[in-house]
Amino acid sequence: MTPTDIRNPDYFHKVVDCQWACPAHTPVPEYIRLIAAGRYADAYMINWKSNVFPGILGRTCDRPCEPACRRGRVEKEPVAICRLKRVAADNKGDVRARMPHRPAARNGKRIACVGAGPASLTVARDLAPLGYEVVVFDSDRKAGGMIRSQIPRFRLPEEIIDEEVGYIADLGIELRLGKRIDSLAALLAEGWDAVFVGSGAPRGRDLDIPGRKEAAANIHIGIDWLANVAFGHVDRIGKRVIVLGGGNTAMDCCRSSRRLGGEDVKVVVRSGFEEMKASPWEKEDAMHEGIPILNYLVPKEFLHENGRLTGMVFEKVAAKYDEKGRRQLVPTGEPDVRLPCDDVLVAIGQENAFPWIERDIGIEFDRWGLPKVDPKTMRSTHPKVFFGGDAAFGPKNIIWAVAHGHEAAVSIDKLCSGEDISERPAPGVTLVSQKMGIHEWSYDNDVSHEERRRVPLRPLDVALKDIRTEVELGFDAKLAYEEAQRCLNCDVQTVFTGKLCIECDACVDICPMDCITFTHDGEEEELRKRLKAPAWNPTQDLYIGGDLKTGRIMVKDEDVCLHCGLCAERCPTGAWDMQKFFLEMTHAGAACRS
Amino acid sequence: MTYIAKPKFHHPKLPTNKLGYTRRDYEGSVSTLCAGCGHDSISAAIIEACFALDLPPHRIAKLSGIGCSSKTPTYFLGHSHGFNSVHGRMPSVLTGANMANRDLIYLGVSGDGDSASIGLGQFAHCLRRGVNMVYIVENNGVYGLTKGQFSATADRGSKSKRGAVNTDAPIDLVGLALQLGATFVARSFSGDKAQLVPLIEAAILHKGAAFIDVISPCVAFNNHPGSTKSFDYVREHNEAVNRLDVMIPREPITAEYAPGTVREVAQHDGSIIRLRKLAEDYDPTDRLRAMAYLAERQAAGELVTGLLYLDPEPRDLHNYLNTVEKPLNALGDAELVPGSAALAEVNAALR
Ligand SMILES: Cc1cc2nc3c(=O)[nH]c(=O)nc-3n(C[C@H](O)[C@H](O)[C@H](O)COP(=O)(O)OP(=O)(O)OC[C@H]3O[C@@H](n4cnc5c(N)ncnc54)[C@H](O)[C@@H]3O)c2cc1C
Ligand SMILES: Cc1ncc(C[n+]2csc(CCOP(=O)(O)OP(=O)(O)O)c2C)c(N)n1
Ligand code: SF4
Ligand code: SF4
Ligand code: SF4
Ligand SMILES: [Mg+2]
Repeated sequence: MTPTDIRNPDYFHKVVDCQWACPAHTPVPEYIRLIAAGRYADAYMINWKSNVFPGILGRTCDRPCEPACRRGRVEKEPVAICRLKRVAADNKGDVRARMPHRPAARNGKRIACVGAGPASLTVARDLAPLGYEVVVFDSDRKAGGMIRSQIPRFRLPEEIIDEEVGYIADLGIELRLGKRIDSLAALLAEGWDAVFVGSGAPRGRDLDIPGRKEAAANIHIGIDWLANVAFGHVDRIGKRVIVLGGGNTAMDCCRSSRRLGGEDVKVVVRSGFEEMKASPWEKEDAMHEGIPILNYLVPKEFLHENGRLTGMVFEKVAAKYDEKGRRQLVPTGEPDVRLPCDDVLVAIGQENAFPWIERDIGIEFDRWGLPKVDPKTMRSTHPKVFFGGDAAFGPKNIIWAVAHGHEAAVSIDKLCSGEDISERPAPGVTLVSQKMGIHEWSYDNDVSHEERRRVPLRPLDVALKDIRTEVELGFDAKLAYEEAQRCLNCDVQTVFTGKLCIECDACVDICPMDCITFTHDGEEEELRKRLKAPAWNPTQDLYIGGDLKTGRIMVKDEDVCLHCGLCAERCPTGAWDMQKFFLEMTHAGAACRS
Repeated sequence: MTYIAKPKFHHPKLPTNKLGYTRRDYEGSVSTLCAGCGHDSISAAIIEACFALDLPPHRIAKLSGIGCSSKTPTYFLGHSHGFNSVHGRMPSVLTGANMANRDLIYLGVSGDGDSASIGLGQFAHCLRRGVNMVYIVENNGVYGLTKGQFSATADRGSKSKRGAVNTDAPIDLVGLALQLGATFVARSFSGDKAQLVPLIEAAILHKGAAFIDVISPCVAFNNHPGSTKSFDYVREHNEAVNRLDVMIPREPITAEYAPGTVREVAQHDGSIIRLRKLAEDYDPTDRLRAMAYLAERQAAGELVTGLLYLDPEPRDLHNYLNTVEKPLNALGDAELVPGSAALAEVNAALR
């Protein structure tokens, strides 16, 4: 095999599993160490630069980093990365002085953003300090998009939204709220240098079965209902509530119902409990609040009397697998299930809708009604129109909206500078030795064996009383420290220099995880099987080192390395060194231009 | 020296043995030797061998003298019995322990200074008595612990780190062991676990005096050009006569070898040692020819490694003394006190 080229930024970036998995590539271990050191404001700013909404995301992020976290492969559970982020936000103090300033002068370029959700706000944050005049339009009266209109307050208090949207508003952007854009053609005609569409996926799917029309008064589309709750138009629901659907929206609907008068609230899903789309922790939270989840029930009919909803009928099904292994839901033949109820919330999916985009202005759509967007540049088929967030590729989440926003801002900045937007800027990378003494490192290499800490919750009776009461209390300083210590510092890389190695085996012997093997060369597939511990996880790279006197190669399986630095401590010649890899994405600005 | 404890986490697929232990369960506390010391690799090999043989840690006793090498029992088999004795005196303490309790597995760990300099007499006598044990010398050619003076195994003409030349003739522990009647004699290299681990396994299974001389570079004082115990020198001059696999009876034989290249030697306990021949005509059961061969190759400047001599039907000190099967320390008064009638009989015989 060819020796690993560690100058390729992707190689070590991949080793930092959390950062690699984060759509915005937040330098996670760096901020976790800052939290352990009590440097909350510094930790907050690292987050703020990467993901724009640390306080919001620290409570709500879909956390793709956590399933990726190396700790989850070493023991039972990953590091509570998301909730540590909240610790930085909760304890940072006043960070206004650290925020970018409004530019002294404008650069004369004007950018319109449709929608004031996280995608547009990211574009605005990245571009405004550079001198762009950014105008953000939203039909809602407050900025934040679905962060404000959908996510219930018991998960995300409104002050947090106000604060973090405020940091962006303070950069001198113009928010035109309560202003719906009804025609993209008309907007383009106003002569903007670029238009960013961050209008989300605003349409909730309906369920067309018998009784839907007759009982309409008590059947609500989940996301519309949540928006009405968020904006205070709805503050009650019936005692018996059925929530249809197994995604995160359904979880927010049922938990909101429990706080608005719902006593007997059930979630009903067509498929199995395991296949539900909701994150495991959201299901757990719902069940903790006394909400049962009934599965394998397919809605058949709404029951009603004198124009009032009285219940629902479901057909019982079971999962059957055909020869090709595809799952089908087949009726079991058992009697139908009738569940009485006063209200039904339909949370069975979300769709995009662009009634305000004319189809003859150069923006092409695909078969599913989604715009054709280049996933690298976020540009549509119109040279000046960019998409991002849920509007680009269908409903995702906040952190993807942010990541799209950054990329779109880079494209817009390059476009307005007359550059080729398909040439993307390389990330900023540094690699610095952590050696301080023979056995001293500038990071804490003593691996904690502690289990994942639970976030303390408010008592259930208090939490259910008021929909504005936040359920999670967040980690205190002690819990935060203990949890932060669980991080394995995957960014502190093991760096190998073959020329220095005397093949003494000391690193092989000390390594607690059997990561290192010295052996004769071979093809990767075969090599993986004959390592000291077989490298069975193909998503994790093998680090290959050459230049050895015996002609063998050094193979390190990155998979379960603890980054404990013992290999480097035991190495008599310094052939192993622990070096901190810091990667920061290049955002809009001088660095992104060629 | 490392300051942090080795993390308890281990590879998620780390295998367990028949007793349900992982290899990590056979470790000791973290080594305080110099980083890169060959002795640490030998510790790792001992750990692997004991794991592979499914040995219950509490049935092993590790004994040593004084030296860096003699410190290593702290770094392996943390749940076994241990005795760190006086400089050069490990063999007599081991012999005594073995006399008292023949049921334990005895692992004597020593250095070239400990065994060939101050302890040469002890070394000689426990081998000629045939004490059932594994005697490992971690041979670096110097007194590592006292900062690198030549030991008695340093080759004539080899240079110290400071450039001083050794003028004394070396003691060849392997040659001595063969002469003194050890029934298992091997030499290996700390940097070659593929060879060393099966040698240790075979030595443990051997029911007699087993001696292994392991060349083990001292990275601090004897790993420079001019040394004959450095990683580079040993790698260049190493001539292995054979490679072996140890077959415990329950294990099916899966490895395949070219015909005529393998020799199987059945040991007394039913285990089989398969030797893959590397040197033509080397017969490890012929003691006299082995001695001649070693002398010849040594004169040619080669360092012969492998299983050099094996007596498949060894006898040990307990056989010679005809002691009871039951360990002496487990005998009670009934067996040990002959009573006044027997005493009277003895006294009468002496009158
Ligand atoms: C119930 C629910 C709970 C969720 N919980 C989470 C969570 O916990 N974590 C998470 O990461 N994600 C969550 N999401 C998803 C997340 O809210 C979205 O993925 C994210 O907000 C998308 O951001 P965006 O910027 O693309 O658009 P949006 O946030 O949807 O914002 C779009 C904005 O555009 C405005 N708009 C639309 N059309 C026009 C127009 N023509 N003119 C003017 N304005 C217009 C809308 O009013 C809206 O304010 C949740 C979604 C729902 C429905
Ligand atoms: C009776 C006695 N004499 C001398 C010493 C000093 N001393 C300690 S270790 C050692 C030599 C150890 O050499 P070796 O056995 O080769 O071990 P190494 O450190 O090289 O592994 C000596 C001479 C001592 N501890 N006790
Ligand atoms: S252990 Fe820390 S650095 Fe490694 S993946 Fe998890 S959070 Fe990231
Ligand atoms: S840092 Fe080195 S010793 Fe520690 S687990 Fe990784 S490879 Fe092994
Ligand atoms: S400890 Fe250092 S010198 Fe020894 S084998 Fe490992 S990398 Fe090479
Ligand atoms: Mg020595």
